[in-house]
Amino acid sequence: MTESLRPSDDSLYPSGQMEGNAVLPEGDPGTGFLETRGGPETTEQAGLDLKVRGQWAYARMRFFRHRLAVAGLIGIVIIFGAGILAGVVAPYGYFQIDLTHILAGPSSTHLFGTDGLGRDEFSRVIWGIRTSMEVGVFVAVVSTFIGLVIGAVAGYYGGWMDNLLMRITDLVLTLPLLVILLTAATLLGQGNQWRVSIILVLFFWTGIARVVRGVFLSLREKEYVEAAKASGAGDARLMFRHMLPNTLGPVVVNATLAVGFAILIESALSFLGFGIKPPTPSLGGLVADAQQYSQQWWLTVFPGLTIVLIVLCVNFVGDGLRDALDPQQRRMRA
Amino acid sequence: MLTYIVRRILYSIPVLFLATFVSFIFVSYAGNPVSLLRQNPRVPKSTIENLIHQQHLDVSPFVRYFYWLDSVFLHGFGKSLQTLQPIWPQMTRTMGHTLQFIVISEVLALVLGIAVGIYSAIRQYSVFDYSFTTIGFLGFAMPTFWLALLLQIAFTDIFLHWNIRIFYTSGLNTLPGGPAWSLDRMQHLALPVLTLLIISFALYSRYMRASMLDVINSDYVRTARAKGVSEWRVIMKHVFRNALIPITTVAALNFGALIGGAIVTETVFSLDGFGYWFIQALNSLDIYEMMAYIFITAVAVVVFNLIADIMYGFLDPRIRYD
Repeated sequence: MTESLRPSDDSLYPSGQMEGNAVLPEGDPGTGFLETRGGPETTEQAGLDLKVRGQWAYARMRFFRHRLAVAGLIGIVIIFGAGILAGVVAPYGYFQIDLTHILAGPSSTHLFGTDGLGRDEFSRVIWGIRTSMEVGVFVAVVSTFIGLVIGAVAGYYGGWMDNLLMRITDLVLTLPLLVILLTAATLLGQGNQWRVSIILVLFFWTGIARVVRGVFLSLREKEYVEAAKASGAGDARLMFRHMLPNTLGPVVVNATLAVGFAILIESALSFLGFGIKPPTPSLGGLVADAQQYSQQWWLTVFPGLTIVLIVLCVNFVGDGLRDALDPQQRRMRA
Repeated sequence: MLTYIVRRILYSIPVLFLATFVSFIFVSYAGNPVSLLRQNPRVPKSTIENLIHQQHLDVSPFVRYFYWLDSVFLHGFGKSLQTLQPIWPQMTRTMGHTLQFIVISEVLALVLGIAVGIYSAIRQYSVFDYSFTTIGFLGFAMPTFWLALLLQIAFTDIFLHWNIRIFYTSGLNTLPGGPAWSLDRMQHLALPVLTLLIISFALYSRYMRASMLDVINSDYVRTARAKGVSEWRVIMKHVFRNALIPITTVAALNFGALIGGAIVTETVFSLDGFGYWFIQALNSLDIYEMMAYIFITAVAVVVFNLIADIMYGFLDPRIRYD
């Protein structure tokens, strides 16, 4: 709606237009003039009462019109909220044993049933969520940060930095990720969630670095970067002030999807016995424990279902962000 | 094209050597492979010392790597540390089992995925499309081990409750041989195949749908429609054939990764396959078995990457490698 009202005529901007591109070098050249400025200006010269929205405001609008993405976001808030507040939400402790209910099915006292030692499965799942969440968020944040810096430097300077980065990613891509992680886990040890997270980060950052490098390579040749360089911007300013904001779209999407992927991989490692080990609670470990009780379906179903729900919600949010942050996509989604 | 292939092969050789070298050092420092033997009171000390010397465990891993390379190329990957059996026959046996179920499930997943992808794209936003989109999303979010366990539980319970044996839930065979042997093998392979099929199907159907939609909205399809070509011909001749190009790449890459990557499925169903063999080697810290697996897997990934690129250049004349 606002789209159609956007001034397409240069005459609406009698004074600003000439210096427009030089003053606002960080904007995408393809993006409309009004949006890149982002400030709460009104075009009073034109006599129109236009509400000017920044790029982020548009992204937010597109995101919140994406029904699945919003549903995913709500799902994540609920599930992760339960994980953060595990001490309050979980009705029993992680190790609390109820000898009167051993291998009991789901009931009102034990929502997800109990395991072979009479421990409440619902509480164990909640504590497991907390661990999964810690792994997912830690891996996504740290590997995104490392990948962002290395990818930016490699893409900006090129040369041996770039060569080294590409050779390292080639090495990592020579083996399936699970094989690399299993081998790394035998060497670097397994145990609590932080050790496993660090092992995951060691191999996750390469993906983000590749993405950032690709964007930087293409941005390096853009006119606005040249303009900024001509007006005397240094390397650091060019990289972090002018180029980095334009990589944020794909980076945010990748980081979001990395949360889900890290949780999936961690659960597989823990299931195989090479990831998080008891006493640290983990969803993959709970499913592994359930293997000896094939008659007690609830011990397998509920922890696994929780993993599916978390990853599903994260993927929905990632998809919504992908659509919302794509500056090419102007159309509003119903 | 030929120079491109030769250049790619020449480039992948140092990458392979470096990858195996790094893994070898990794694996060598992972733990002491003879610690299990030392705990066994029935194995005399001199035997262990002999073993350490014969298997080059007394030299530094950097030197040992070259002994290992020698065994790879001249002695069929050498001998296992734990059982002292030659590695090559074990590899061919387990690899055979893995290939059996991977090929079946990948072919089925491709056929089904392509069919569903086409129909979803033609009838975009229909009930059919939405249901398979949901299945696709679930397939991406589902841990493989959980899916495998659910199938296992379901069929174990069917057997225990009604005493009907539809599919076996672990192992490869119960009959030693005889006329019903093939059927018996299929009953054992069905659930691993189904697990992998569901996971791969999610990937292929989503990919096929996306690439169909890409082509359907292109200019040359509009031209074909405008000049009066029948809808069936437009879809089959103009859209379908072009939409197949990206999926061949995905399938080749996926297959290359699966040769070593069916670890989880094989472990759940205790299937005597390549990935399960690796997990056992990992648990007993048998560095030579682990390295044999890593070597083969790395070669498979590199080779199938190359195949994917070559197929792409072959199928899409717009791509020129030079």
